[in-house]
Amino acid sequence: MAGSSADYIPHHLTHLTVGEGFWSVHADSLIMTAILGIAFLWMFGAAARKATTGVPSRFQAFVELVVEFVDGQIKEVFHGDRSFLAPLALTIFVLVIFMNTMDLIPIDIPGLIASGAGAHYWRVLPTADANTTFAMSITVLMLVIIYSFKAKGAGGYMHELFTSPFGGHPLLWLPNFVLNIVELLSKPVSLAMRLFGNMYAGELVFMLIALLGFAWAGALHDGNIFGFALGFIGQVLMTAAWGIFHVLIILLQAFIFMVLTVVYISMAHEHH
Amino acid sequence: MEHIALIQAYTALALGIIIGLGAIGACIGIGIMGSKFLESAARQPELIPTLQGRMFLLVGLIDAAFLIGVAIAMFFAFANPLLARFS
Repeated sequence: MAGSSADYIPHHLTHLTVGEGFWSVHADSLIMTAILGIAFLWMFGAAARKATTGVPSRFQAFVELVVEFVDGQIKEVFHGDRSFLAPLALTIFVLVIFMNTMDLIPIDIPGLIASGAGAHYWRVLPTADANTTFAMSITVLMLVIIYSFKAKGAGGYMHELFTSPFGGHPLLWLPNFVLNIVELLSKPVSLAMRLFGNMYAGELVFMLIALLGFAWAGALHDGNIFGFALGFIGQVLMTAAWGIFHVLIILLQAFIFMVLTVVYISMAHEHH
Repeated sequence: MEHIALIQAYTALALGIIIGLGAIGACIGIGIMGSKFLESAARQPELIPTLQGRMFLLVGLIDAAFLIGVAIAMFFAFANPLLARFS
């Protein structure tokens, strides 16, 4: 963890990579996602198993709040059978919240724990890794395509792809198809990049504020008490302010990912 | 040696343009949307909870392109691929 300030940020931006070239895998993102997924299943499973119809405990009331919130959002948009979509939306919402909350852990603590376990690099925030967000959004894309086939049939979906916005004339087949493919591909790209951009920028601002630590450590070493106090108090205040703002961003981005997933799947499901 | 300084200089300029123009777009967009929200809230106060939920959704969507730009700018600031290709 010691080192110059110029190495601090690139060191904290490196993933723990396993493998070479195309087959390299970011082991830290995978392991964090697995841990948080198991934590989510365990928490909500425990609430479901202990659920009573009498006076609920506070934890059960909280889980019911989350489930009803997600269900309310789905009911407004999707008018079909919710038995698959509602658990999917709940999973996306709570898992993305859990993953994003890893950003609030102070930056050097995961490094301490990981180097105790022998890993040189460890990035705790899975959603600041573009691979994680694209994995989720490509899954949503595949669900959109599957629901389109299910609702319209193979022939109907192909017909709609080639004749949809402009009309049925054979000269218009190519423009229709290009437009439909662009619309289809822009959905997962925008979903993934929105979540990745928000989380990566947030994490980077935390690291930039942490660079102030080098400044006040240097001032303390030189005996400059005023500089030390200014740097220390400034760092604490700025980290607190950005952390409080980031809590809002975390919840908002998870909510947007969930609502857009539901909207895209319900748009694929409607007949004409 | 001047080539590296040139790449860094142009990268710094580009980062300023990315973040600046993105911020202009995002802030004007949210300003317009916020003013419409306040107008409709004053006109129909009973709709405030519904409209507020929709407004936060739109804040996230409007901010998306700006924050993607910031993420790309940060990437170029700290792990500049143009510089890496040179050295």
